[in-house]
Amino acid sequence: MGQSLFEKVWNTHAVRQLSNGQTQLLIGTHLIHEVTSPQAFGMLRDRGLSVKYPERTFATVDHIVPTNEMTEPYSDALAQGMIEELRRNCAESNIKFFDTNTGMQGIVHIVGPEQGITQPGTTIACGDSHTSTHGAFGAIAFGIGTSQVRDVLATQTIALNKLKVRRINVDGELRPGVYSKDVILYIIRLLGTKGGNGFAYEYGGSTFDRMTMEERMTVCNMSIEGGARVGYVNPDEITFDYLKGRPYSPQGSAWKEAVESWKSITSDADCNYDDVVDINAADIEPTVTWGITPGQGVGINENIPAVDEGKTQSERDSITEALEHMQFEGGSPVKGKKIDVAFLGSCTNGRLSDLQEVAKYLKGRKVAEGVQAIVVPGSQIVSLIATELGLDKIYKEAGFEWRGAGCSMCLAMNPDKLIGDQLCASSSNRNFKGRQGSPTGRTMLMSPLMVAAAAITGEISDAREVFGVGVPVSA
Amino acid sequence: MASEPIKQVAGTGIYVPGDDIDTDRIIPARFMKCITFDGLGEYLFYDVRKTEDGADKKHNLNDPRFSGASILISGNNFGCGSSREHAPQSIRRAGFNAVIAGSFAEIFYGNSTNLGIVCVTVTDADREVLGKAIEVNPGLEITIDVNDHKVWFGDQYVTCDMRPGARSSLLIGTYDPLDELLEGIEEVTKTAETLPYMSA
Repeated sequence: MGQSLFEKVWNTHAVRQLSNGQTQLLIGTHLIHEVTSPQAFGMLRDRGLSVKYPERTFATVDHIVPTNEMTEPYSDALAQGMIEELRRNCAESNIKFFDTNTGMQGIVHIVGPEQGITQPGTTIACGDSHTSTHGAFGAIAFGIGTSQVRDVLATQTIALNKLKVRRINVDGELRPGVYSKDVILYIIRLLGTKGGNGFAYEYGGSTFDRMTMEERMTVCNMSIEGGARVGYVNPDEITFDYLKGRPYSPQGSAWKEAVESWKSITSDADCNYDDVVDINAADIEPTVTWGITPGQGVGINENIPAVDEGKTQSERDSITEALEHMQFEGGSPVKGKKIDVAFLGSCTNGRLSDLQEVAKYLKGRKVAEGVQAIVVPGSQIVSLIATELGLDKIYKEAGFEWRGAGCSMCLAMNPDKLIGDQLCASSSNRNFKGRQGSPTGRTMLMSPLMVAAAAITGEISDAREVFGVGVPVSA
Repeated sequence: MASEPIKQVAGTGIYVPGDDIDTDRIIPARFMKCITFDGLGEYLFYDVRKTEDGADKKHNLNDPRFSGASILISGNNFGCGSSREHAPQSIRRAGFNAVIAGSFAEIFYGNSTNLGIVCVTVTDADREVLGKAIEVNPGLEITIDVNDHKVWFGDQYVTCDMRPGARSSLLIGTYDPLDELLEGIEEVTKTAETLPYMSA
């Protein structure tokens, strides 16, 4: 019987069994940011402990950085205090910090891959639930709490229960105008927001084989929204091509050895999965969430469910609560809902390919009157390359605000927030009540091109119709 | 700094109904602009309790009958979303020692257990019975017996479940795992030496 990638990586990183039956697992790569690490450094100081492997921890600042007025001191003294605390902690412990003045700052889950820090066959942890993103490279990547950040700093290990593995096959070609964001929204809708509890999701099948690394990252990123703490794709030539020549990728003779080792950790053909789910790519439509959990999504041509469509009392209660918050009528079309804000960015969809794909269709288009549309590149490097390609001009001409890099309106810990009950078409990952900074604010999750379509028309629209995606020019 | 074993927790309860109570609901992100966890208890469920102009909403959390509660009862998938430890920290700092839910999100469950917050799952039907009992008698003492998988209230009980690692770490007193992780540090070094990327 063969082994899955998860089992292989787990076994090579398992240090020993703890008294409660959990495993002491080595975390090869640790990523930190300003929100969930300062308390961990404080705990280390309280106990007189130091960082065991400072060269295996990498830091950046993303959640609190403003994206318009970026000179320091920030207008928000608390935010300024947080960035300074991270600087101090990194300097004291000799940790590499991709600070705002390095040209390499950005969202932690974008910085890791673009620097080549994220590598196949490794274990990665970060005090952020979207750490699952790094699984796109065939790493086992965990979101952890602050006490565990402390544990990694002090011991380079955490205490964990072994996960089961669910293989999710998606086969066939995605239809034009359907993106990897739609794939993961479809999976969450199908398996539920808690379906992945206790599982690592292994994504595979011909649809994933064809995806670029950035597309795979979008899917793995939202594994946690389906309850799965870990999501990954087996590494292949696409993975190796992406990593080759990046600053922290193995160089010279070490590269060849690394690739051989990476090939050896992929799941064996005869490995046993705890569960298998098969999905046909052709069944996936551009998907939009209508409610207050990422599982509350529908295809763009579907209606929002009515309360009586809930199968259980608890489902009916959830629909009622969601409709009330979103101010939507059950049974009404999702298409045509008027938006106030369009947000393009986040660790889910703030990468260069996201900005490029939308820019292809934006020329000659204008953001609808009354809609605020903002683009927040995921990192300073994404921003630089996009600017070199002239994408910033395309966005600005269309009426988008072109911002600095960070998490921004995904969770609104910086000045970018919804006001009152504004409705936002968002390329981010969570539509929880209050997520985008206003307790009554409303979020609808969708692919970047669907965000652009909503920005242009002022309402939730089918991007395929708005932009003529997949329609031959002569037709 | 070994922790005290936790064999049972007792106190009065409060019911916060709903499935998928996410970490943004437990502690909105705007209250995470801090470098310590001190004072977070004040912001627990802030937007659930308060209107936008800061007035109290009608909610069990604002009902003086439940003001001394130390056991939180909620729905399925409690704590979904973010890995922010600010969520269980705010629960603990608001005076809660235990959460009874239909199910828990994984990262939240681990974070809570590390702090010694007892998290147990109870079926929908049994939570309804428990919820009604509290509604009738808010002063009802609830006791969660970690060893025995039981939640007692008055002379009744319902059975509860816990993850195996969590249960034994509470009973042994190793729910904060740092001491035990430090004890294994020599083996950590040995494991690290077998991994080329750790020494690159």
